[in-house]
Amino acid sequence: MIKESPMAGEPLLKARGIDKHFGPVQALTSVDLDLYAGQVTALCGDNGAGKSVLTKCIAGIYQIDHGQFLFEGHPVHIRTPRDAALLGIETVYQDLALADNLDIVQNMFLGRERVQNGFLNEDDMERAAGRTLADLRVTTVRSIRQPVRSLSGGQRQSVAVAKAVMWNSKLVMLDEPTAALGVVQTKMVLELARRLRDRGLAVMVISHNLNDVFEVADRIAVLYLGRMVAQDRASAFDRQSVVDYMTTGASSRPTTGPDGNGEKRGAS
Amino acid sequence: MARAEAPESAPDPTAAAAAAQLELPPEIAAQSLGEWLRAWTARIRSGDSGVLPVILAFAVITIVFQAISPHGVFLSANNLVNLFQQSAVFMVLAMGEIFVLLLGEIDLSIGYAGAVGAAIAVQLVQPATTKWPWWAAIIAGLLACAVIGAFHGTLITRLRLPSLIVTLAGLLIWNGGMLLILLLGPFSGYPSLVGSNPNLKVLYNLMWASIDPVVSWIGAAVVVIAVGAALWLGDSRRRRSGLVAPPASLTLLKIALIAIVAAVVVAICNVNRAAFGTLAGLPWVIPIVLAVFGVWMVLLQRTRFGRYVYAIGGNPEAARRAGIKLGAVRTWCFVLCSLTGGIGLLLYASYLGGMSNNINGGQLVLYAVAAAVMGGTSLFGGRGKVLHGILGGLVIGGIYNGLYLLGIAVQWQFIVTGLVLIVAVSIDALSRRSATSGSAARV
Repeated sequence: MIKESPMAGEPLLKARGIDKHFGPVQALTSVDLDLYAGQVTALCGDNGAGKSVLTKCIAGIYQIDHGQFLFEGHPVHIRTPRDAALLGIETVYQDLALADNLDIVQNMFLGRERVQNGFLNEDDMERAAGRTLADLRVTTVRSIRQPVRSLSGGQRQSVAVAKAVMWNSKLVMLDEPTAALGVVQTKMVLELARRLRDRGLAVMVISHNLNDVFEVADRIAVLYLGRMVAQDRASAFDRQSVVDYMTTGASSRPTTGPDGNGEKRGAS
Repeated sequence: MARAEAPESAPDPTAAAAAAQLELPPEIAAQSLGEWLRAWTARIRSGDSGVLPVILAFAVITIVFQAISPHGVFLSANNLVNLFQQSAVFMVLAMGEIFVLLLGEIDLSIGYAGAVGAAIAVQLVQPATTKWPWWAAIIAGLLACAVIGAFHGTLITRLRLPSLIVTLAGLLIWNGGMLLILLLGPFSGYPSLVGSNPNLKVLYNLMWASIDPVVSWIGAAVVVIAVGAALWLGDSRRRRSGLVAPPASLTLLKIALIAIVAAVVVAICNVNRAAFGTLAGLPWVIPIVLAVFGVWMVLLQRTRFGRYVYAIGGNPEAARRAGIKLGAVRTWCFVLCSLTGGIGLLLYASYLGGMSNNINGGQLVLYAVAAAVMGGTSLFGGRGKVLHGILGGLVIGGIYNGLYLLGIAVQWQFIVTGLVLIVAVSIDALSRRSATSGSAARV
């Protein structure tokens, strides 16, 4: 399997100087973030650090106050979730947003059903959904026509991810994908994130579970009180330094990678 | 690649996995008819009973009323046709109510909203006053119902008012509206459909005219062949292309069931039910109800709109994030609910031979909700089918008809119907609880 060397090429998505406030609360202050194709970036931070706000800004749910997004090198405005979807940005939220009463195919195509002469083209949708699930090696479900209600937590997460990657997406953001899962299912979902990366997608995993972060991430970015305090290759961090950044916004440990290519920003 | 091994593919012996299996629809889990039967019984034991309660209820009603009705008149052809006619009203109202129940909402005004439409139609065809042709009168009446539904839907979606309150207010408002419309003209509140005028006749015939017995057989055969062929071709095409499909034997069983039901209904209706002369054949109302059923079923099962109705009922947040316009879909459901109510009340007016200012729209809505829930549609949204309206309507019609045959006073009819509603809702709530505890066990 050919793997690009880390840091190769331009980032797929560059966020520069992102500001976002809600009333008097400054949620994000001048945040920079790079997301690369073919890499898993872990976005870490304590509760209230701004992980979700940043994600929702990229997903078009919140509009940024200041700053700029560059997608594939071009400046873009992401004002609505539709804008994000058109660029190929998909988000899997923690609550997964699946309708329990609908089956897997129906959920995967929700809002983008294929129609023929005004009627749903079920056969076509079932085939396409089956192909995507097979590509991602989500093979544990008994039937793709079973209601999502009857799936396990890990299977639901897999369906939500498969739903996100069906649409020629280039960037998939996973919000706390393993928060509610057991050990086996966590492994399964992290495996899925790696598979997306191997397919050349940019993957962002939001997590404060450091086991998961070091298991899956190629790059790590840490938010602290709305500022990006560290962003580098995963190998440039160790557990303690990530914890330091998450809790104090700084680390006394050396974090620059051996190639000297790392960036490091203080909390100023 | 070793890591391609999905960790979950190992057989999981826990009870949680077994519970998950039970929630698989039997059509999916089964490869053969025997497997399907086993999956089906397992599912019923787990609490998800589907249409079984309504079929049992109908069996019980039939046996009890046949045993205690005078001279066993309940199962006479004459009474069964009467039962179909009475049930038709409940079936149509229930099919309307299902649109809003699927959203997790309710429409308490369907009886009087429909009555406004029926009153308009009945008034407009009167030869003594407006003399409208029957079709224009029906369109005007149904249009009025649609506008009423749009009014409710707009209040509920735009102002975020609870549907219970908006339609409770609607129940009162449209009761008043119906009375006002009925007071127009020289009919002292009782515009009649009885008379020789052709436009009056068409509305009267909705319930009381019959199709020629031979034509009834031919029509039934055509419908069964068309539906059967569509089912068979669709299922076998899916089987051939390796898509999820029920086993061939199950498809055949379904087609056979449809054919048997059609044959039995036509055979009953073709018995001469007149005391003098001949009166036989399928009443018009049966194809009318089937048409409403067919159109609404296609709308809910085969179109984007229908898919969105289910999605909103199952998880409104998921629907919103999928880009579905919740307000529009919800409003349309209230429009379709009131519109279907208009069809139901037109049939009711035809049954009564005219409109009357003592039509009880409040009671009709309870019958409608009871029929839908009895048939298997959930009050909590996301689960239900148009077919449930047909099955539940037959049960409610059976109770109504049976109590009437026994000469039971109206106060007891109210009490029995209310109790039936409570039983139906309890079944719904209990099956929902067992389903929720099932998924809780899996986490």
